[in-house]
Amino acid sequence: MKEDKTDTSALNTATVTEHLQTVISVKNLVKKFGHFVANDHLTFEVYKGEIFGFLGANGAGKTTAMRILCGLSSPTSGELTVGGYDVYKQAELIKRNIGYMSQKFSLYEDLTIAENIRFYAGIYGLSRQQRKEKEDRMLKKLGLEPERDKLIASLPLGWRQKLSFLIALLHDPQIVFLDEPTGGVDPITRRQFWDFIYEAAAEGKTIFVTTHYMDEAEYCDRVSIMVDGRIAALDTPDVLKKQFNSEDMNGVFLQLARGATRTD
Amino acid sequence: MKTIKYILQKEFAQIRRNKTMLRMIVMLPLVQMLVLVFAATYDLKNVDIYVVDQDLSDTSRGLINHFEASPFFNIHDASFDLEDGINQLKKEESDFVLVIPPDFERSLVREDEADVQLLINAIDGNKASLIYQYTSNIISAYNKQIIMRWKGLPDFNPPMRVDARDNYWFNPELDYKWYMAPGILSILVTIIGMFLSGMNLVREKEMGTIEQLNVTPIKKWQFIVGKLLPFLVIALLDLAFGLLIARLVFNLPVEGSLVLLFGFGALYLVGVLGLGLFISTVTETQQQVMFVTFFFIMVFVLMGGIFTPVESMPHWAQQLDRLNPIYYFIRIMRMVCLKGSGFSDLLEEFVSLTIIGISFLSLAIWRYRKTS
Repeated sequence: MKEDKTDTSALNTATVTEHLQTVISVKNLVKKFGHFVANDHLTFEVYKGEIFGFLGANGAGKTTAMRILCGLSSPTSGELTVGGYDVYKQAELIKRNIGYMSQKFSLYEDLTIAENIRFYAGIYGLSRQQRKEKEDRMLKKLGLEPERDKLIASLPLGWRQKLSFLIALLHDPQIVFLDEPTGGVDPITRRQFWDFIYEAAAEGKTIFVTTHYMDEAEYCDRVSIMVDGRIAALDTPDVLKKQFNSEDMNGVFLQLARGATRTD
Repeated sequence: MKTIKYILQKEFAQIRRNKTMLRMIVMLPLVQMLVLVFAATYDLKNVDIYVVDQDLSDTSRGLINHFEASPFFNIHDASFDLEDGINQLKKEESDFVLVIPPDFERSLVREDEADVQLLINAIDGNKASLIYQYTSNIISAYNKQIIMRWKGLPDFNPPMRVDARDNYWFNPELDYKWYMAPGILSILVTIIGMFLSGMNLVREKEMGTIEQLNVTPIKKWQFIVGKLLPFLVIALLDLAFGLLIARLVFNLPVEGSLVLLFGFGALYLVGVLGLGLFISTVTETQQQVMFVTFFFIMVFVLMGGIFTPVESMPHWAQQLDRLNPIYYFIRIMRMVCLKGSGFSDLLEEFVSLTIIGISFLSLAIWRYRKTS
């Protein structure tokens, strides 16, 4: 397992440094809810094929920023492009090119695995042939082939999350947004989940992921840490650890988040 | 178009697994048709009379016999004391008191004229005036009989008079159930369609699944139409089911074309389901949807002319009814079922329902937001 991870990771970093093609560009993003400033002048870029970690305490504004990038919420001001498309004017084009897995579990529990796949494949306009291929490959990967006609409600959480991730990839999006994908999931499943993420990144997909787990932050190519709606730090985990003189990301995070005034 | 097909597939799979919803879809028409149609009747039957006969003559007994013979009246009790009658009226044990004064027969013979007194419980004004009408009919029939008897000499030329011969069209036996059943059916399809579609959309909000849909390139109209069609189909199935029950149980005629009836049903449902979906786009929980939808259905139904003729409403209310889809649909149902009206008789309703349908549907599509 461990070796696997370092391999793909190395490959990843290589791709990033070679091309450095920007797929998400955010300049001065501001989002206000009334007087509350959820995102305060965020500026960052995400490159093609990288795993970009978005860290921060609860209420720091991670989910808000992610929802804006996905077109679920509109920004108050700022210049934003995702996959080369403008967030204000080309939201529907962005939606063809992104995958999204929300914090709240969002497959239909009263549908079977196969029915969920068929529905989302249909919405994204996949042909029956394409769907069959993807479905077979996906279920094989998860070892869920015998479960194909079982209701989602009967699956354990870990399986649901993995399935939900693969369904978000069904239409081959170039960018995938994951909002705390491993919340409440056991360590083994989390490991597997990250293997899936590496695989997707190795195929050239860009992964934008928010998380609470600091060990997961180490798996990212670059991380940004948000504190009170602002980006307090943004770099590779190694550079950040050196900069804050810490052994692990946990130390970095604690130093930054200690000054936070917002909590839930 | 393909996208809509996939939404429909998904909705029907979910409906199939929702046992409570399926039970409602079957039970609602049964209960509404078998209970409400019988209960919601204006037919006046079993009116309880309290008789105070202070004359006790042949003539007064004759009059009472006339009441007794009528299918609408029951002699509930009798005495000589008016007070007892009034008490019974107060206790709601009798609906009206018939008072025949002591000199009834005498004044009739001497002065060719006699009075009886009717005390009617008029809490329900409609019922009271019906009772009065029926009573007057009985008394005037009795009058004729008296005249014939007293002046009925063999060579007597009867006085000239005009006879009214009535013939009730479209509902010859004045069966109230025929009038109510199409109306109740209209309410039934409205409740089924509006509640189910509205609650279904808002449930996706509650579950969070709508987020996942909102990040897909699905078009707003595709989503709304995909949410509307399944419940339109279910409501039409219930319309068919309800009509079948009405046919079997009350022998309700369908004089006009069934195709026309269901065509109008579909057009009507586009409007009310559009409104239901619009309500669900502006609310966040199923409770809120229920509450707001209930409000609209209540107003629509009470103004729609199912119980009270729209023609007797104040002018402004009649104008308001032009926006009320259920008003048109109740009319259409009654006209097609009882009169056998064709499309050309229903042009005005067609135009109005089309405008209402397009408006509500567009409103729902416009108000549905993929981005908050």
